[in-house]
Amino acid sequence: MTSGRIKRIMLGGIGRDNPVFAQVLGICSTLAVTNVLRNTVVMCLGLVFTLALSNLTVSALRRLMPARVRMMAEVLVIACYVIIVDIALKALAPDISRQLGPYVGLIITNCIVMGRAEAFALSNPPLPSLADGVAAGIGYSCVLLVIAFFRELLGSGTVWGARVLGEWWTNWAIMVMAPGAFFMLAVFIWIVKGAIPRAGNAAGKESGKQ
Amino acid sequence: MPESMNLFAVFFSAVFTGNILLTNYLGMCSFLGASREVKTALGLGTAVVFVMAATGALNWLIYCLVLVPLDLVYLRFIVFIVVIAAFVQVVEMIIERTSERLHAALGIFLPLITVNCAIMGASLFMVIRNYGLGEAFAYGTGSGLGWALAILAMAGIRQKMAKARVPRGLEGAGITLIIAGIMALAFVGFNGMLSAGP
Repeated sequence: MTSGRIKRIMLGGIGRDNPVFAQVLGICSTLAVTNVLRNTVVMCLGLVFTLALSNLTVSALRRLMPARVRMMAEVLVIACYVIIVDIALKALAPDISRQLGPYVGLIITNCIVMGRAEAFALSNPPLPSLADGVAAGIGYSCVLLVIAFFRELLGSGTVWGARVLGEWWTNWAIMVMAPGAFFMLAVFIWIVKGAIPRAGNAAGKESGKQ
Repeated sequence: MPESMNLFAVFFSAVFTGNILLTNYLGMCSFLGASREVKTALGLGTAVVFVMAATGALNWLIYCLVLVPLDLVYLRFIVFIVVIAAFVQVVEMIIERTSERLHAALGIFLPLITVNCAIMGASLFMVIRNYGLGEAFAYGTGSGLGWALAILAMAGIRQKMAKARVPRGLEGAGITLIIAGIMALAFVGFNGMLSAGP
């Protein structure tokens, strides 16, 4: 029973309720770090970690938190985990930490983390909240990774730093610059929305039944 | 005069060449959410300029005068976010008591600003780039103005576009992102101005 519920939460977060497509949330860092695949993977790991554990903590504390200050409490919980990520990154991968610059810290204000804490963790027990956090994090990471893959491939002709496209390839400089990220995400959303409407209707009916 | 020239360069690059929204992608959530009408965009933009300029300087003071001497730099995330949230709260209370008109215009936008990543981002960038107090203030003001400029331009375009026929699946977020991309492309053009300058 519980495991079925957790499974449903996991699938929903990755697919139908994927935060990036369903609500277009938290795309600040989606765009900023996706010009190189390696940085993106690190960023995703940090985000999944923060999202899962902050959801767990908020959910465990949900009866103790006075409603008036709950936003502040949530932000503090999130900030603690982000500090852990930041310190770990500085110790383990100093040059990636330097390249990511302020964006690790900006996980705090990433709307997804706050959004999941408000929308799910506050009204659910810890275990499903943890699952929800992991699922939303993975769903978000999938989008990030796909975008990063194409931006690095088209912008520098490489994947994970290794040259894939031959000498004949002319780099699309625009892809590693700021505008490329906007175009890439727009095209990606377009493709996904074009493919999903029929599936989306069916899923909508199903959730209406519950 | 080199000092004031430098301040101007920081300010100018924060508004145009290094626009916090279009080159650093910060504050996208409210950018997409609140850019449907020029009036809303203007309100939010004003609030962002004000909060960003003030918290930029405030965070700089706290960072350099408290955190660095005490060797607590790793606490900066928590400190910055608390300063921003507290500042927004105080401003909201002051505005509520003193000016009804201002409160009606900005009131609903202020709480949104706490989670606007651009505000936090400006504070973090300023620390990473080792700005002095003057530069931090110039950077905060400039970033706020740049953000307001971008969201105003976007709101103007979206209002014109309200009746346009957009391909299916591209409505809403999709087309907004494409416009933002084109806008970013235009802002990339400002790059030449700064490097050619003094």
